[in-house]
Amino acid sequence: MSSVATETAVTIRIDGQEVAVPEGATILDACDAAGVETPTICYGPTLTPVNVCRVCVVELDGSRALVPSCSRPAEEGMVVHTDSERVRHSRKMVLEFLATGVDVSQADELGQWAEHYGADPDRYVPGGQTMDEPVRVQDNLYIRDYDKCVLCYRCVEACGDDAQHTYAISVAGRGFGARISTEFDVTLPDSACVYCGNCVAVCPTNALQFKTEFDLRQADDWRPEDQTVTQTVCSYCGVGCNLELHVQDNQIVKCTSPDDHDVTSGNLCIKGRFGWNYV
Amino acid sequence: MPPRLRGHPLADLHFGDDQPTEAEQAAIDAIVPPADAATVVETERIVRGGRSRRHGLRHLLLPVLHSLQHEIGWISPGGLNGAAERLGVPPAEAYGVATFYELLRTTDPGHRDDVVHLCVDPACAMAGNNDLRTSLEAEGARVHDSPCLGQCERAPALFVQGVGRPDRVPSDDEEDFHLPQAGDPSLRVLRRVGEVDPTSLDSYRDHGGYEALAAAIEMGSDAVIADISDSGLSGRGGAAFPTGIKWRAVADEPGPDKHVVANCDESEPGTFKDRIVCEHDPFAVIESMTIAGLATGSPHGWIYIRGEYPRATARLESAIAQARAAGLLGDDVAGSGQRFDIEVRRGAGAYICGEETALFNSIEGFRGEPRNKPPFPTTHGLFSQPTAINNPETLINVLDIVIEGPDAYRSVGTERSPGTRLFCLSGRIGVPGLYEVPFGTTLGELLDLAGGPTGELGSVLLGGAAGVFVGPDALDMPLTLEDTREAGATLGSGVVTVFDDTVDMEAVVVRIAEFFRDESCGQCVPCRVGTQRQHEVLVELQASGRPLAPERSELIDDMALAMVDASICGLGHTAASAVRSALALGLIGNSS
Ligand SMILES: Cc1cc2nc3c(=O)[nH]c(=O)nc-3n(C[C@H](O)[C@H](O)[C@H](O)COP(=O)(O)O)c2cc1C
Ligand code: SF4
Ligand code: SF4
Ligand code: SF4
Ligand code: FES
Ligand code: FES
Repeated sequence: MSSVATETAVTIRIDGQEVAVPEGATILDACDAAGVETPTICYGPTLTPVNVCRVCVVELDGSRALVPSCSRPAEEGMVVHTDSERVRHSRKMVLEFLATGVDVSQADELGQWAEHYGADPDRYVPGGQTMDEPVRVQDNLYIRDYDKCVLCYRCVEACGDDAQHTYAISVAGRGFGARISTEFDVTLPDSACVYCGNCVAVCPTNALQFKTEFDLRQADDWRPEDQTVTQTVCSYCGVGCNLELHVQDNQIVKCTSPDDHDVTSGNLCIKGRFGWNYV
Repeated sequence: MPPRLRGHPLADLHFGDDQPTEAEQAAIDAIVPPADAATVVETERIVRGGRSRRHGLRHLLLPVLHSLQHEIGWISPGGLNGAAERLGVPPAEAYGVATFYELLRTTDPGHRDDVVHLCVDPACAMAGNNDLRTSLEAEGARVHDSPCLGQCERAPALFVQGVGRPDRVPSDDEEDFHLPQAGDPSLRVLRRVGEVDPTSLDSYRDHGGYEALAAAIEMGSDAVIADISDSGLSGRGGAAFPTGIKWRAVADEPGPDKHVVANCDESEPGTFKDRIVCEHDPFAVIESMTIAGLATGSPHGWIYIRGEYPRATARLESAIAQARAAGLLGDDVAGSGQRFDIEVRRGAGAYICGEETALFNSIEGFRGEPRNKPPFPTTHGLFSQPTAINNPETLINVLDIVIEGPDAYRSVGTERSPGTRLFCLSGRIGVPGLYEVPFGTTLGELLDLAGGPTGELGSVLLGGAAGVFVGPDALDMPLTLEDTREAGATLGSGVVTVFDDTVDMEAVVVRIAEFFRDESCGQCVPCRVGTQRQHEVLVELQASGRPLAPERSELIDDMALAMVDASICGLGHTAASAVRSALALGLIGNSS
């Protein structure tokens, strides 16, 4: 987020500890400043908060319901509890709920938090509804496996207002039937997609995956522990985007860009993101 | 801030190959003529999606989709492309909007027959909707299950969605309307209902219409708002928020782009009051909105009415046209020198669009997903501008307050719940219908007024699906905000659905859980998944025929707490309330 360090400070109390944050900072920013770790799913440092997953909720004195820390601005004098019974309960339930309907096996961070809060997705009615979507493999660049989708809206934001302004995908349907979709679920090549891969970069669950990674996983040969990451600057044009090339067995298997890089904020275009594919 | 990719050449809107047919193009042109098409300026293209709320024609998206649905019977890929291109909306986003609404279809139905929507909610289930379905299907009708159609007093209810023909409600034509309390001199909100000719401004004036507007102009904005505050009027749409505070907040915002919205989306199962009021006293809605517009300094008025209310929509539209022609709407309202006018927008089958911020998104042409609050509508409402949104019953109360003053208004009701309240009685009750009684009337007195329960009283659902069940021991409970709150109940939108001891309550509660599952917008995890899992637990209970197992009871409580605590909006907050009250009362879960 933008740095406003010199502006007026706001002091709030988090779990008994006073912290000062710049005006405009969120409760989540204040938690970070206080060294309190907070689970997040739909929040992304480069994205406008949509506050839909609710895993980051905290208890705020004077508020009847819990509040999402990722979007709620810190206000002078707020008293916040991040580890109360109610907070732990709601966080646990969000993680449990997601694991009952979504394949979260490749969402590592989510899994760690689920363990932390003691989520037990097995206590639900057997045979309940799940996402139940086929893997969409429509090109050689990336795949969409909506069985793994937690509907965090991050890809939609990245494709739309927050980065790409392409609007190739949206949320369609309603309730438990809501899905990320192109218009009429047309294939990506038929959609507005320009293959910038920014959606892949923000997806927290690996529902969106580089085709290279997908193929290696299918072959049971995806070995992050054997991968090296090389920093470089994209050579396609003069903008100067930072690239991180992930290499396994001397082959580039995926390409990212750091969220905190001032040129890209984690976003790239098709050439930077997938150009190595053609090489 | 890092530079954004604004104006990126790849940001052009992209449309697939599907083109609208001639008929589809005509349906689009009927709402947005080609001359008004979104102008394609390179720097503007990129801001039409997402949060650029006021840009362009996007607020016409839902009306265009309605037009396609109505003329063609569904929204085809070509139709969608045509609509999206005309309005400058990305097709994926237009698809996201189209798939949000129950009355819009995005798959080819393969026929052009009308669709008959049959209500499956409690009052209609008790009135034999299954037999009606059988006979309709025998006649070859295309029957589609629907949540409450807002006609519970004349259950079982139907709404016929026309293809190329007007939508219609068969009971409207058969009905010889009169209020059960017709002629009762104590009626206030309902005084004119059934007496006045709802299609005539002159008739409305003969019944004292537009005296309140004249008085309000005379008094001035501050005095009007002071009277509303002193009257203690609170919202009748469910949340009971003080109306005076809301109006004051909007009035204090700098103008001129401020809005007044009448929330006529009425979809809480068991509620039909707003339909009756809008059908039989539409000018009162228009007049009270106008007073709200002048008092808050808001020139823009909107009525959002549910799509299943064709007669109420037609009568409101006619009333607006007559008021405009008489100078009671427009650039100089009744010589006040202030501007106020009203646009009508139809919903398309989504309970959640009655939630105020979802309603704003729906009007703006976005998915009807509620927004997190704060910020509140009084500062960030429709098009992110200051907005006073009220239920029509709330608004009509304003007329008497302005004319009689707050003291007279407070002469009925209780100190903390002044005035009267509308109640929608349905189910196993002698004379189902709309009633108006002073706050403080007991539940038993209200049931007696409506002819008493038929059969042995089992339970009463107060406040609709979002409300709670109470048992026969609650008959002495005064119907006030304070007493119901203390009893852990709610008046909500004034629903009183009566069940006798022969009704299969498990089926009723499973249906309530199904309603929330169907109507959740799906945005936040606690509600999207919680309503689904809650329904699954209840279906399991129903199938088992056994008492509710302790671990299932714990699961229901755990899910309820997360929905109450962590959901974004009131739908999630209340999705477990009727279920849990039914369990607490022993209406379900005991075995059988
Ligand atoms: C799920 C949901 C549905 C709602 N539906 C309606 C409705 O149909 N009509 C209505 O007036 N208020 C409805 N409300 C309440 C509105 O959000 C809002 O509080 C109300 O329109 C304000 O008007 P009032 O103050 O006059 O009651 C609903 C709220 C929720 C959470
Ligand atoms: S690759 Fe880029 S353009 Fe395509 S869907 Fe993802 S974010 Fe949108
Ligand atoms: S695909 Fe990934 S980024 Fe997109 S909503 Fe699903 S989980 Fe979130
Ligand atoms: S509580 Fe339910 S209806 Fe409300 S925003 Fe969340 S998912 Fe949507
Ligand atoms: S991270 Fe805050 S609601 Fe999702
Ligand atoms: S119309 Fe059927 S329950 Fe309301």
